[in-house]
Amino acid sequence: MPGLLKEKIDVRDYAKLQQVGFDLEEKERSATFTLMNHDEVKARKKATGVELISIAAAIKKYPEIEKKYLWKLVKKDKDDYTRSAAEAEKLAGYFIRVKKGHKAILPLQACFFIKAERFKQMVHNLIIMEEGSSINIINGCASADYVKAGMHIGVTEIYLESDSYLSYTMIHDWSEEVEVRPRTGIQVEDNATFISNYITIKRSKITQTAPYCHLKGKNATGIFNSLIYAPENSLYDVGATVLLDGKNSRAEVVSRTISGGGEVIARGQLIGKRKDIKAHLECSGMLLNDRGYIQAIPILEARHPDVNMSHEASVGKIAEDEIYYLMARGIPEEKAISLIVRGFLDTKILGLPAFLEKEVEKTMDMLENAI
Amino acid sequence: MRYNIVYSFFGRCTILEIKSLSVEVEGKTILQDFNLHVSDGETVILFGPNGVGKSTLFMAIMGFPKYKVKKGKIIFMGKDITHLPVSERAEMGIGMSFQRPPSIRGIKLQGISELISSAKGNGKNIEYYSHLLKLENLLNRDINLGFSGGEMKRAEIYQLLLQNPLLSLIDEPESGVDIENLSVLGRAIKNCCIKATICTNGKMPVLLLPIPGLFSII
Repeated sequence: MPGLLKEKIDVRDYAKLQQVGFDLEEKERSATFTLMNHDEVKARKKATGVELISIAAAIKKYPEIEKKYLWKLVKKDKDDYTRSAAEAEKLAGYFIRVKKGHKAILPLQACFFIKAERFKQMVHNLIIMEEGSSINIINGCASADYVKAGMHIGVTEIYLESDSYLSYTMIHDWSEEVEVRPRTGIQVEDNATFISNYITIKRSKITQTAPYCHLKGKNATGIFNSLIYAPENSLYDVGATVLLDGKNSRAEVVSRTISGGGEVIARGQLIGKRKDIKAHLECSGMLLNDRGYIQAIPILEARHPDVNMSHEASVGKIAEDEIYYLMARGIPEEKAISLIVRGFLDTKILGLPAFLEKEVEKTMDMLENAI
Repeated sequence: MRYNIVYSFFGRCTILEIKSLSVEVEGKTILQDFNLHVSDGETVILFGPNGVGKSTLFMAIMGFPKYKVKKGKIIFMGKDITHLPVSERAEMGIGMSFQRPPSIRGIKLQGISELISSAKGNGKNIEYYSHLLKLENLLNRDINLGFSGGEMKRAEIYQLLLQNPLLSLIDEPESGVDIENLSVLGRAIKNCCIKATICTNGKMPVLLLPIPGLFSII
């Protein structure tokens, strides 16, 4: 039996890993994938109903997947980052296949960790949700406390076959000079549901991501939630594009962003192409001071007359009457502000199962120190 | 401005003293040379038409920055608090029930109850007072978000009771409250009135009659 995962990980990195929802004991997880720089740390637990191996091993084992799935949802020449990932010598990343009809109760966890200064981490992930399967995946991405600068490029392609369900939660906790460029493509077939939750409250030099989700089948659902706190000297340019192409498909893009002095660009683009689709976009932004800015860019694109699409966007400073209301209850000003900020980044909107919400809450608990 | 102090009896020690207070809101003088003295155990009820400055007085006592004290002093428990931050005044023992409280997304009534009662070290009171004010079903809701007028008022008095202040400032507690809940509210307010209380009411005194708590005090 392979040794404990915990024993193979540097003790110095424990705290950081736990902050991004990583369970070192693997107790409440169905399977684990850990990538330190480009080295995979073997996990102890073998999952049933779920195949979780490195992408390199998967290509060796199933040569056909390369042609069928890789670089199909994310184009190789999309930008400089996808090109450099396509040309990378070493192919790191995971391959996850949830078998037909398997409904995992415990979440699967994955972690991408940078633990060397100026390391350029390049990852290609592939997720296949077979018919009727269901799982929660929690992705923790972080860099070690002793790392200042680095780069993370993550290409992720996700296929949801009919009647499958995937809730994909990502918590980021990078260092101040790390550049983060995830590139994600998702394809959703009949009656399948994809939920993406993105959470970050720490500083990174720049995080720029815009997943592209193709709701291909009838009754397909795509939900994208992000909760972002941008401290000073950070730039978050995040958003999602959803193409509603399946009959009765439904999309929801919700972002709650706060600038504590950092820059935020909250994008969202919904493209309604088919009759009877329903889509809603919501961008709410809150500024805590006059050093940062928030730009909300909601785009609705209707290509069929019978679509139901709406958006609401609001950006403003933190409400003073709310601060003073709490202060009148004996709560000091800083605490009142952190409570309001925390309430604004309400994890309840993520619709997570209780044990995962607990993990996200842990991240949010650190907001008090971050503000 | 004119106030009619309907009822007062002189208790033991002085809780609040306001000396020739002038308050300005957005450049407009609302209160001028206002004086008030409140002792322990005393209940003061302020009547007056809308806009006369009843709420302004409360906001100034509580210390909201929008309400600028141009002249005079607010002395609470013998200490000049005219320039103290809001939360320090609350900590010293001033509590307020708002006429129009803001709703705050993501903060549960339960959460704020716990913060108030843990500061006071009496967690059991949440159960007791939420029952008293029939608020059990609202504890798990975002504070004031989608509350009816009456629910808001009950939640205000509930928080005030948890705070257990030395001086309660109760701003129009009965407005928007239905007849059935008036008695619930009245009984609860009676609890506050054991200590020093200033309460406003925009209506004629006779309209206070359905509030048993207040009625018995009047």
